[in-house]
Amino acid sequence: MFSQDLSGFWSLWITVITLGVIGFCWWLLNGNRVTDKAPAANGEVQTTGHAADGIEEFDNPLPRWWFLMFVGTIIFGLFYLVLYPGLGNYKGLLGWTSTGQWEDEIAHAEEFYAPTFQNYAQSDVITLANDPEAMQVAGRLYQNNCAVCHGSSARGGYGFPNLTNNSWLYGGEAETIRNTIINGRNGLMPAWIDMLGEEGVDTMSNHVLSLSGLDHDVAKAQEAAPMFQAICSSCHGADGKGSAAMGIDSIGAPDLTANTWLYLQPGQSVYDSVSYTLRNGRNGLMPAQARYLDYGVELPANIDSLSAQEKAQLMPKLHLVTAYIYSLNQGK
Amino acid sequence: MSTAIEHSTYNYKVVRQFAIMTVVWGIVGMFVGVWIAAQLAWPALNFDLPWTSFGRLRPLHTNAVIFAFGGSALFATSYYVVQRTCQVRLISDKLAAFTFWGWQLVIVLAAITLPLGLTQSKEYAELIWPIDVILAIVWVAYATVFIGTIYKRKTSHIYVANWFFAAFILTVAVLHIVNSMQIPTSLTHSYSIYSGATDAMVQWWYGHNAVGFFLTAGFLGMMYYFVPKQAERPVYSYRLSIVHFWALICVYMWAGPHHLHYTALPDWAQSIAMVMSLILLAPSWGGMINGMMTLSGAWHKLRTDPILRFLVVSLSFYGMSTFEGPMMSIKTVNALSHYTDWTVGHVHAGALGWVAMITVGSIYHMIPKLFGKKDMHSVDLINVHFWLSTVGTVLYITSMWVNGIMQGLMWRAVNSDGTLMYTFIESVEASHPGFIVRWLGGVLWLTGMLIMAYNVYMTVSSKASEKAAAQTA
Repeated sequence: MFSQDLSGFWSLWITVITLGVIGFCWWLLNGNRVTDKAPAANGEVQTTGHAADGIEEFDNPLPRWWFLMFVGTIIFGLFYLVLYPGLGNYKGLLGWTSTGQWEDEIAHAEEFYAPTFQNYAQSDVITLANDPEAMQVAGRLYQNNCAVCHGSSARGGYGFPNLTNNSWLYGGEAETIRNTIINGRNGLMPAWIDMLGEEGVDTMSNHVLSLSGLDHDVAKAQEAAPMFQAICSSCHGADGKGSAAMGIDSIGAPDLTANTWLYLQPGQSVYDSVSYTLRNGRNGLMPAQARYLDYGVELPANIDSLSAQEKAQLMPKLHLVTAYIYSLNQGK
Repeated sequence: MSTAIEHSTYNYKVVRQFAIMTVVWGIVGMFVGVWIAAQLAWPALNFDLPWTSFGRLRPLHTNAVIFAFGGSALFATSYYVVQRTCQVRLISDKLAAFTFWGWQLVIVLAAITLPLGLTQSKEYAELIWPIDVILAIVWVAYATVFIGTIYKRKTSHIYVANWFFAAFILTVAVLHIVNSMQIPTSLTHSYSIYSGATDAMVQWWYGHNAVGFFLTAGFLGMMYYFVPKQAERPVYSYRLSIVHFWALICVYMWAGPHHLHYTALPDWAQSIAMVMSLILLAPSWGGMINGMMTLSGAWHKLRTDPILRFLVVSLSFYGMSTFEGPMMSIKTVNALSHYTDWTVGHVHAGALGWVAMITVGSIYHMIPKLFGKKDMHSVDLINVHFWLSTVGTVLYITSMWVNGIMQGLMWRAVNSDGTLMYTFIESVEASHPGFIVRWLGGVLWLTGMLIMAYNVYMTVSSKASEKAAAQTA
């Protein structure tokens, strides 16, 4: 926290003009409280005597209820400024700050809710995934933290992976899922247009379609096969089944044989999507979630060497979400 | 307009131009409003085009209704009122004509640039810097014409309506120039000279005073002339007008940071804004009381005069929204209401209920006199317009109250384990019926404005002109 203190001059300036404006209102009210003109003989209040385009003005006194309401708000305002920060650097008798209020609420929530989550942290991912009550809590965490990208049904969307089809870019082991959520992921597919040329993009797109058994031009697909082995296989594997199938959990090169297309827009043909990817590359970013799910958690430098149990205790909410994602793919 | 007779003393030409454009821009601005309200209920109406997306049309709507519709109404009425209450012609017909064409130019440029996505991203001050410069020049000309005319008045007193108009004109000049201080990087792009919390503070000092001076003080000036004139009664209390005028203009200045409760703005600025917003309740109500009580002895006229009804109901909505505003500025209330539809409803209670209704009433009062006719073409149609506007406003603000309070409660609801009970999208889903009711309220308003346009056209183009009406009224 940095200091919000003002210099002495500005503090005094704010205090003086704030009280000055309030004092001016009081002076204005008090000075005009009663009319100095007596009512006319017939009881009617007199006008001021001047007229503008035929409009005259009565000189009625200020309505009493309105006067009292005005005075009431002034008194309330002065009390408030005694109790709360307002007049420059004066902190107020209650010592209230908006930061303090927020910290109190967070501390209260921590104290109140932490036991529930620490309790769940004692169980491992697979046990939790089969505990309906735990999954209800986890589902709510998912809906408020993950659903904005992956969708409320977790089926993903254009650029956002489907989390329910047991098809994984980085692997579906519980600890792999946990690492993905803790640290985020950055899936980078380079642009290949310079290497392949327009014609090469076309033939390679047909080759990729053939891997998933989709309609394709057989001659073109075969023509691109050697090139696939030369440049694509290092990430996607010689059989095109992706990096996870090769036991690599860091590259995130998708399985091209599963007919699952991360960057397929609604209504778009797979050919168009694949050739766009080949031509321009892709850059998928999953942000690190640890500090959002378990608010303010400090990750130790040796985070990678911690056991699953230690990670669960450090980040109990993230632990629950891990179990939730895991549960979505059970039996698939 | 060619059928109108020139007034021997006053410059009515510029008043007529602004009065007609008030109706035109009212229809345009409200049409865009109805459109974007429909987009919120049925997103397909964004048409997947950048130029028709909500993000670009929303500032077009706000600029069109505040500055094109409200601004033209303020120009028209202030020029009309200052001449008649000072009994003198505007000091310069050429400068007055310059303000008309300059203002229309600013509006047209806004209507081109905003859909193109050219904006300086400050709410209610989106216009890019070259348009800001033109606007500032036009505004200085306006101040010169208005204050110059007061200066050479033939009456001893300056009538209260003119205090409010003058305060509005001078303050808006200061607000616009200070908030629009930018360092240009190209013809269409610039950076604010302020940064971070300071920028936010300046923006909302501007934003709230745009409400306080453009949409309140200016329209109170309108009220102080057209209410007593239409009711044919003296103003209730000169003393009250003095007190509430000075209190209003010096307290409004402080209220802006209540738009930034629980943000990075220092606590002291938030507290002072809340205190001043509460103190602002009485000065705001001073104007309502003075207008309402002016009708004592003339209440029966409401039965037969729909123009007076417009004026009186506008004061009711003014009183209601200036009560609601201070309540919403209280930090604990704001924690619930902020970022919800309640804010949108509050703005429209003021914008439709107060600003638009008093404008419509004033324009109906002026049109026959400006064009030398005895009355509006159809009083019945004014009545229809009145009911459409009233029901439209009520539908709008009640649907937004329901939506706003519901959203605020849904967003803060937690389960026994501390997790949020609802996702954001669930609150959007629950708001959908309210979005449709709000759209319907807007449709009623727009329909009323179209009826007004027809009524004005028939009045202006009718052959039966009454020279006397323009000369002596």
